[in-house]
Amino acid sequence: MQNSTTDKLNKGLPESYSIEHDPDDLWGDSRIIVNIGPTHPAMHGALRMVAKLNGETIEKSYCEYGYTHRAKEKLGENRTYHNFIVYTDRLNYCSALINNVVYSMSVERLLGVEVPERCVWIRMICCELARVIDHLICIGINAVDLGAFSFFLYGFHQREEAYTLIEKLSGARLTTSYTRIGGLAGDAPEGFESELKAWVAKTRKVIDEMDSLLTGNKIWKKRTVGVGVFNKEQCLKFSHSGPNARAAGIDLDLRRDQPCMFYKDVEFDVPVSQNGDVFDRYLIRIAEIRQSLNILSQIADKIKKGPIWSEDKRVRIPDKDVVYNTMEGLIHHFKFFMTGFSVPEGEAYTQFEAANGELGFYIVSKGSPRSHRMRIRGPSFWHYQSLSTMVQGEKIADMVAALGSINIIAGELDR
Amino acid sequence: MDTFDWITTAAKSAFLVIILLQVVPIMAWVERRGSALMQNRLGPNRIGPLGLFQSIADAIKFIFKEDPIPGHVEPFYYMLAPLVSVVPAFMTFGVIPFASSINLDGRVLHFQVADLNVGLLYVFSVASLGVYGIIMAGWSSNNKYTILGSLRSSSQMISYELSMGLSVIGIILVFSTLKLGDIATQQGQLMTHLGPWLLPEWLQIPKWGVFIQPLGFLVFLVAAFAETNRLPFDLPEGESEIVAGYHLEYGSMKFAMFMMAEYLNMFTASGLITTLYFGGWQLLPGFGPLLGLLQSQFGLAGMSAEWARVGFEVLSFFLKVGFFMWFFVWVRWTLPRFRYDQLMDLGWKVMFPLAMVNILLTGTFAYYGWI
Repeated sequence: MQNSTTDKLNKGLPESYSIEHDPDDLWGDSRIIVNIGPTHPAMHGALRMVAKLNGETIEKSYCEYGYTHRAKEKLGENRTYHNFIVYTDRLNYCSALINNVVYSMSVERLLGVEVPERCVWIRMICCELARVIDHLICIGINAVDLGAFSFFLYGFHQREEAYTLIEKLSGARLTTSYTRIGGLAGDAPEGFESELKAWVAKTRKVIDEMDSLLTGNKIWKKRTVGVGVFNKEQCLKFSHSGPNARAAGIDLDLRRDQPCMFYKDVEFDVPVSQNGDVFDRYLIRIAEIRQSLNILSQIADKIKKGPIWSEDKRVRIPDKDVVYNTMEGLIHHFKFFMTGFSVPEGEAYTQFEAANGELGFYIVSKGSPRSHRMRIRGPSFWHYQSLSTMVQGEKIADMVAALGSINIIAGELDR
Repeated sequence: MDTFDWITTAAKSAFLVIILLQVVPIMAWVERRGSALMQNRLGPNRIGPLGLFQSIADAIKFIFKEDPIPGHVEPFYYMLAPLVSVVPAFMTFGVIPFASSINLDGRVLHFQVADLNVGLLYVFSVASLGVYGIIMAGWSSNNKYTILGSLRSSSQMISYELSMGLSVIGIILVFSTLKLGDIATQQGQLMTHLGPWLLPEWLQIPKWGVFIQPLGFLVFLVAAFAETNRLPFDLPEGESEIVAGYHLEYGSMKFAMFMMAEYLNMFTASGLITTLYFGGWQLLPGFGPLLGLLQSQFGLAGMSAEWARVGFEVLSFFLKVGFFMWFFVWVRWTLPRFRYDQLMDLGWKVMFPLAMVNILLTGTFAYYGWI
C-alpha cells in the first residue's frame, strides 16, 4: 500500500529505488510528528518518545531508550564483586540503598555467607527509607508535571531530612555505597533509632498534609482518574511489578511473598487497588509510604546492639588496627582490595521488592573474583515498554501524567 | 481640549505608567517570596532588604543578555509579537478609575485617564488584542511546541472571552452604564433589597457587584484566570507538556516582555474585578471613620480634606487590587493544571451556561425592580 507522501518521494525515481511503505512508519503521513525528548522537561531522564498527533491526541507513538547506557552489566564482569558496589548506586539513584542491599544479598547467597542480626535490621531500615524517598519523588514529580508544585516541595523537604539520616549512616547522601559483601560500611551512630523515630513521626504528618492537599482535589482527580489505564492482563503481559502492578489489582509483594531479611517479623499491609490508572498508582504509593513508615518504627523498636560484619574471613574487610599493626593483616587487606575474593562456581538470581518493582541480580560465577556473567532486572525497563500502549489515543498531557506515574528512572532503565 | 486637560491627562498617564511598570518587578518578587512562603522555602533573600532588589538584578540581566534571533523564525513577526502582547496590556488600564473625581477651580478632575462612554467595551476589545501577540509568537517561531501553545491559547482565550463578556452583562443590566467611573460610583449606594425582600436599615451593605452578582462574579473570576493564562489554566505555557508554549524560542528582553504582559494582564484583571465587583475606589470598611478622624484631628477642610479623601480612595483601590493579585499567586501555587479538553469543557459546558443563567436571573430581577 502506498500513500501520498511515499508517492511523492518515489516520483521520478526508477523502480528499483522506490521507497516501500511501512505500515508501522510514523512519518508517512501528513499528521504532525512531535519529538518529545530526550531533552524535554517532562521526560524523567534522557528518554525519547516520538508521537504522531491528531490535534492533541496521540494517534501513534514509539519510545526510545538507551541514552544513558553505561554498560553496567558488562562492568560487572570486569570489576571484582567488591568494586561493583559503587556501580549499583547509579542504577535507580532515587533508591540507591535498595540496590546496594540487593546486590550484596545476591553475592552473599552465592558465597553462602550469613550476616549478623543487626546488619539485617540496618539493611531493612535502608530499604524502607529508600522506598519512602523513591515514592515521595515519584508522586511529587508526577504532581509537578501536572502543575502542582507546592505538593512536590512538601515531600522534597522530607526527602532531604531522610538524606540527612542516610548521611549519618553512610556519609553520602545520594550515592551511598553503604553495604559491603557480608556487612556494612559502618555501624549506625549512637542515637540513630530515636532520630529515625522522630523523622517517621514528622513524615507521617507531612504525608497526611500532602494527602489532604491533593487526593480530594477535583482538578487532580480529573487529570488522573481513568488516565493511563493499564489493566491486570496488560500488566501481566508487560511483566509489571511493584506499585504499578498492585494498582492494577495484582496482589504481589516480594517482601511478603518471598520473605527475606526479617520481613516476617514486622507487620505491614500490601495495598492493592483495581483500576490501574494514574490516580490508583498515586494512592498506592501514598499507602505504601505509610506502610514503610510503620515498618521503620517497628524496626526502630526491635533493633539491638551487636556486630555488623559476618565472621567469614573471605569477605570481611580487616579492621584498621590489624592492617596497620600486623603483617598478615596488611597482606590480607592488600589482597582483598587488589584481587578480591573468589566466589564459588554457580549461578543465582536474587530478587527483592524495590521501590519500583522487582529488582533482581542474576550472577553467574566461574570461581574467580569477577562474575562470569551479570544481568540486572531493573523494573523501569519493563514499565517503560508499556508507555506507548498506555497512552495510545490519549492526550499529550496524559502522556506526561502516565509517564510520571510509572516512575521511570533512566539509570535503572538503561543500566 | 485645553491646557488643563492636557496637563491632567499627561499627569494621570504618567502616574499610571509608572505604577504599571512597578507592578512587574514587585509582582515577580511577591510571586517568588510568596511561593517560597507556601513551600517551606526562603526564596530570593540575598539582594537588598528581603531580597527586594532581586527583581532589579533580574531586569538588568534581561536587558544585558544577548538577544539572538534563531535562524528558523520569521523575523518580522517574531520581533513584533512581544510588542503586540505588551502594548494592549498597558492600554487596558486607562479606563479604570482609581479614585472619585475632585473639583479644581470649578473644573472636574476624574482620576482615570479616559472616561469613555464605552469603557467596558473598550476593555474587552483591547484585552482581546493580546491574543494576537501570542498567535504571532507561536506561528513565527516555527516550532511545533510553540504552534501547539498558541493554538491552545487562541482557543482558550476566545472561549473564555465569551463567558467573561456575558458575565459582565449582569453588571451592565444592574447599573445601566458602560462607564467604569459610573459603575464604581453607583456601588457606593446601599443595598435596600435582597431579591423581593426589603432589608432593614441595620442590614444594609454597600451595593458592591459581588453582593448583587455573585454568580457573575464567579464566572468573571474564572474567566479572568483563563484570560491571563495563569494556573490552573496556564495551558499555553504548559511547561511539562509543551515546554514553554508560545514563548519557547524567545530570550532576554523579548521573553521579559511576555512576562511583563502576563503580570500587567493580571493587574488589569484585578483592577477590573475590583471596579466591577468590589466597589472600585469605594473606601474599605473602616476607612470612612478613619478618614473622618484624620480630617477632624488635623482640622482639614476644603481642598485638603478632598485630597485626603482621594488619597484614601486610591489606597483602598490599590489594596483591593493587591488582594486579587495575591489571590492569583495563591491559586497558582495551590492547584494543579487542567487538561486542554477539560478546560474547553469547563468553558463551554459550565461557564457559558452559568453566564447565561446569570443574565436570565438578573434580567428577571431587574424587570421586577428588585435590584
